[in-house]
Amino acid sequence: MSEVRPSHPPNDPGHGDHMETLESEFSIARSNALIPLLVISAVTVLAILAVIVRAKPVAPPEGVAADKAFGPADFPVVFAKEEALVGLDGGGTDAATLIFPVPAPPFSEGIFPCMECHGSIPPNPERRTLEGMHTDIVLHHDEEHRWCLDCHDMNDRNQLRLASGALVPFTESYRLCGQCHGTQYRDWRSGIHGKRTGYWNGAKRYLLCVHCHNPHSPRFASLQPLPPPVRPQFLRPEDAVAVAASGEGSSGSAGKEGGHAGHAH
Amino acid sequence: MPDTPTDRGIPSGADEETNAAPGQLSRRDFLTAVGVAAAGFLAGCTPEFREKYLQKHFLELSPQEVEARLARLRDDYAKRFGQEVSVSALPAQPGVLYGYALDLSRCIGCRRCVYACVRENNQSRSPQIQWIRVLEMEKEKGIDFETANPYYNPERVPDPEHFYVPVACQQCRTPQCTMVCPVGATWQEPDGIVVVDYDWCIGCRYCMAACPYGARHFNWGEPELPVAEFNPNLHILGNRPRPQGVVEKCTFCVQRARVGRYPACVEICPVGARKFGNLLDPESEITRIIREKRVFVLKAELKTEPKFYYFYGI
Repeated sequence: MSEVRPSHPPNDPGHGDHMETLESEFSIARSNALIPLLVISAVTVLAILAVIVRAKPVAPPEGVAADKAFGPADFPVVFAKEEALVGLDGGGTDAATLIFPVPAPPFSEGIFPCMECHGSIPPNPERRTLEGMHTDIVLHHDEEHRWCLDCHDMNDRNQLRLASGALVPFTESYRLCGQCHGTQYRDWRSGIHGKRTGYWNGAKRYLLCVHCHNPHSPRFASLQPLPPPVRPQFLRPEDAVAVAASGEGSSGSAGKEGGHAGHAH
Repeated sequence: MPDTPTDRGIPSGADEETNAAPGQLSRRDFLTAVGVAAAGFLAGCTPEFREKYLQKHFLELSPQEVEARLARLRDDYAKRFGQEVSVSALPAQPGVLYGYALDLSRCIGCRRCVYACVRENNQSRSPQIQWIRVLEMEKEKGIDFETANPYYNPERVPDPEHFYVPVACQQCRTPQCTMVCPVGATWQEPDGIVVVDYDWCIGCRYCMAACPYGARHFNWGEPELPVAEFNPNLHILGNRPRPQGVVEKCTFCVQRARVGRYPACVEICPVGARKFGNLLDPESEITRIIREKRVFVLKAELKTEPKFYYFYGI
């Protein structure tokens, strides 16, 4: 201890001096560093203010301007075809022959019953390109492996034909589709796949597969979207009017015609 | 004595009388006169006036008072829109908890639901209010709200590079919006629907700040609702016309759901992506979906526990 002691006392006052010099040198309030610091902060504030003041109003991003508000009344066609509920009772409970209440199949005008024409035409089972009749049908449904008579019965054209040979009417075509699309059929029966209307706790109306999927080209057809919501900067009607008058936003028509964003395909 | 603060703060009646100049009202007389005038006004005004301007919170109304309010609203709307109007206050059915599911693999982003909702629920046409917002997201990125675009407008949908996520009120089981409301103007009904009492809302918009889904909308201006497009089938907590300065939101079409109907967005959806039903019924569509599909909710990490599920039904 006695050896250590002498070494400390000389250090202590020195240490204290060092702290004092530190305080006096680096104290901002007492040093000239205050002036540049003030200058820097003032310049920063001025720069931020300049950016804010000189900034242009937020320009709509690329794509549509969305500067006009549309309402349901602008699309009478879309909302006109809300069908009323059709007869919802009926239908068995036996799972094998379960019949679901569906609207009539969406036949082309005057095409059904098929046997009105086919009754007098001898059936031709040969696979061929159709000429003369049904030329509007473009088969895009596993067309490499499939042909008309895989689903339509050769002798009774008013009915469809399952793989088992059993005939089913067009109103139960889901049984035919369900042969291959089993998971969709299962989901459709339990209400997961496909559209339901009616009552969540009661009678529901189902749709046939073919109401949404063209059986000859089953991918769901694309639709024109209804116009986007109006951007907040055009929320006040007078703003939208001003934009339309200045001719900058041509989206008044773009909204109706479907716009011009991302339709490269 | 007059120097002590207490004496200056509470002058005695005698002091005041002496302070009042001749011909001037003393404070006591003034307050008495105001009180009598107010009491007289309240006693003299009609019960209808009192119901309208001094009304109670909806949940505190007696059945008779609810009926009176419905009658008043029916009269008001019939006068304003010139047609028969039905305003219901049908309460929640017992044993029902509404749930919703949306199949993202089916939705094509056509926005039919947005406009069907506007029409069914009498939203303001100008300034525009839409309860459903359809977000376009890139398939590359997955669910990403940062880069989602609600203003997409290609000629045809679906775009092969994108998928679409319609977002409306998620009907949370722990709704933050109701917890922050300073006046209790919004609450969760027993069947799980979060509703707003438009007569009680003070328009502070705390609920809009609290909602992580942007599902609440404020009537900044006097809502414009064309008479020809008015839907007269109303519910007092749902789609009745709103005044300026209140917040509104999706109610699962309470006016339809409580009589058993599907919401308007379910009925219009051309691809059948929208599913609705009773979460407490083990055989309903919605419980089947939750049981058989992999469902998820938006922003699950916030513990809002929505009753609005998204799934891929492929």
